[in-house]
Amino acid sequence: MEMYDLSLIWAVILAFSVIMYVLMDGFDLGLGILFPFAPDEDARDVMMNSVAPIWDGNETWLVLGGAGLIAAFPLVYTILLPALYLGVFLMLAGLIFRGVAFEFRFKSKRTRRWWNAAFSGGSFVAAFAQGCVVGAYIQGFETADRVYTGGAFDWLTPFSILTGIGLVVGYTLLGATWLVLKSEGHVREWARGLIPKLLIGVLVVFVIVSLWTPWIDSGVFDRWFNHLQVIWLLPFAALLCAVGIYMATRRHREGLAFLLTLGLFIFTYLGLLVSRWPYVIPPDYTLWDAASAPESQFFILIGVLFVVPIILTYTAWSYWVFRGKVRVGEGYH
Amino acid sequence: MELDPILLSRMQFAFVVTFHAIFPVFTIGLASYVALLQGLFVATGNSVWDRLGLFWTKIFAVVFGMGVVSGIVMAFQFGTNWSNFSQFASNFIGPMLSYEVITAFFLEAGFLGVLLFGRHRVSPSVHFFAALMVAIGTFISAFWILATNSWMQTPQGYEIREGVVHVTSWMEAIFSPSFPYRFAHMALAAFLTGGFVVCGVSAWFLLRRRGVEAHKRALSMTMWLLLILAPLQAFVGDEHGLNTLEHQPMKIAAMEGNWETQSNVPLLLFALPDRELQANRVEIGIPNGASLILRHDVDGVVPGLKEIPVEQQQPVWIVFYSFRVMVALGLLMIACAVTGLVLRRGGKLYTQRWFLHVLQVMSISPFLAVTAGWFVTEIGRSPWLVYGVLSYADAVTPSLTGWMVLATLIGYVAVYAVIFCAGVYYLFKVVRQGLGELEDDEEVHDVDRPSRPMSATHVPFDGTTASSRS
Repeated sequence: MEMYDLSLIWAVILAFSVIMYVLMDGFDLGLGILFPFAPDEDARDVMMNSVAPIWDGNETWLVLGGAGLIAAFPLVYTILLPALYLGVFLMLAGLIFRGVAFEFRFKSKRTRRWWNAAFSGGSFVAAFAQGCVVGAYIQGFETADRVYTGGAFDWLTPFSILTGIGLVVGYTLLGATWLVLKSEGHVREWARGLIPKLLIGVLVVFVIVSLWTPWIDSGVFDRWFNHLQVIWLLPFAALLCAVGIYMATRRHREGLAFLLTLGLFIFTYLGLLVSRWPYVIPPDYTLWDAASAPESQFFILIGVLFVVPIILTYTAWSYWVFRGKVRVGEGYH
Repeated sequence: MELDPILLSRMQFAFVVTFHAIFPVFTIGLASYVALLQGLFVATGNSVWDRLGLFWTKIFAVVFGMGVVSGIVMAFQFGTNWSNFSQFASNFIGPMLSYEVITAFFLEAGFLGVLLFGRHRVSPSVHFFAALMVAIGTFISAFWILATNSWMQTPQGYEIREGVVHVTSWMEAIFSPSFPYRFAHMALAAFLTGGFVVCGVSAWFLLRRRGVEAHKRALSMTMWLLLILAPLQAFVGDEHGLNTLEHQPMKIAAMEGNWETQSNVPLLLFALPDRELQANRVEIGIPNGASLILRHDVDGVVPGLKEIPVEQQQPVWIVFYSFRVMVALGLLMIACAVTGLVLRRGGKLYTQRWFLHVLQVMSISPFLAVTAGWFVTEIGRSPWLVYGVLSYADAVTPSLTGWMVLATLIGYVAVYAVIFCAGVYYLFKVVRQGLGELEDDEEVHDVDRPSRPMSATHVPFDGTTASSRS
């Protein structure tokens, strides 16, 4: 066991779970946020049907990440959750409403508009809360002796509200490029028209957050301006993706536009990771400080290494089966 | 008034877990029942079993879906409200909870899909196999959760280094002394829950003369099962109690409402336990009853609450009455099963209207009994979160303030109230649609997925016709 750094393995697994969750639940949360603005009820049917077979599987990664966190890095679990107490409640309430609305909207007629509202409201709240978590994480947490000592609203600052808005706009962009890929006719045209506006929104937030971040903490500043200048490639790559999304959308390269949006998220995420690496509870605790006992990390690693390939295969299969366009009147009808 | 974050956190956890537990207890029992029906179909080739199997699979799907939704919150509460406990015990509970998650994924990715959507795509034996695996899977899930809870009741196989639990033997920690009893007790509770719901629903249909042949079979078979299971549960419960006496004597003292450690303790039927007084104000009991049950001897010594300081004593009356509610419901279940046998002898099991009405009402009883039972075991453990090792006060999140917990408690109650009402309302719609109409509803849609179990049923949420699905 000592031959391998189990904490490092776990950090990779969990970082992978988080980005899988962001990418996959991101576009269906984005669709939820777009929901009230859809041109008509047919468009809403198409939007929901385009994610119906896969959306719940997407949330698998959130649950796996949460469970993995308490098993492998309990300190992260026991500081993040108390620090984000109210935000976590909002996110869970949002996800629950959204999940139930998803099931019952298809089965309802008279009450449909209530389920529509629950679906979009839940999606918005969940996305915003997740974005605030990102901001709170960059800011760091007030701790003493491995316990959170800050207040109930430390996570809600101008900076974290900005990252919250950023993630809402980002998820919406992801949802729009997904919808262009999965739909046709007036639904696709509507979604395509949204992309440039959303792209500008994302870029504005991206630039402000990027400029703001190094000033929050001297360690982050040092990393970006004094050491490791190779990491400037990451925001550069993210900006290239943004340009690419615009070009690809103009040239009707739908698949490419969606993939580049994923790329935009991945490079931004990597930029965030290198800013704080190896601190998992900034500014005090590294991933090795936060680790559980090696025998516990090992015990659960066996199960995870067994189940992750199954989840990946199953996910890939689901996406493969439901490839192609969703037409108005198809799916649940 | 000062808001106490510890008390409010306990209330919040109790609310969420009580609300959530209703669903898994039901699904565990129902999954086994569905497997039994599909097995009978394979063995006999009689399609009535298959139709019953389809009907109960639809109900299973909705309940399973509700359980998944309501369970999400549980996984976060250990961190939000009990972060010191999570910090203290994560080396053990972390892997346990993660293995439960892994089990659930494995189920969803594989056999659940075949059970819900494969009825006409695979052979009956393969379909039966999938149903069996789902049933086993629900038990494996319960295994991890109950192992965790049992360790918190009777911890072993660990040592504490630098204030944190380190597992020294996974076998000892997982199979802690109370685990086998708790697991058996809960498994039977799940079977009884499934059984009484099946009886109640079958009775409902028999009273309305719908799908009579199929529901007669379901009722007959289930009444036989209950005749075995209900008394067996009383026996297992008793054994569980003796195990508790050995490892958590103060819990027994609260259950019996016994203040002095003494012999010839009566079995109290009614009492008003009073912590101020350190005695019961009124009591009516059977002389020597508790001594006889717990020590198998009228002179047997039963531990009393005064062995521990007042501030460590549980809220005795909740434990005392929850225990009596559970036992009374258990005895009612036995009476119900025996009455069924008597009526069957007289050939009136399917026609005796008052009995069918009783069965309808009794379908709620296992849910109440399970809730009461968990109240006994959880509140009976206080003030310990990990028995004898970590108290609630040491386990709670230090940064919590009373109003934060109160706000989220109100929030969770509101969210769950909406979800619960919608879910139960829908469940009743699915039940009411019955067996006959199901044939139109058998087609499988491309977008139906096992990860969204509710997509297995196409009964409309509002409106009345199946075609209103869109």
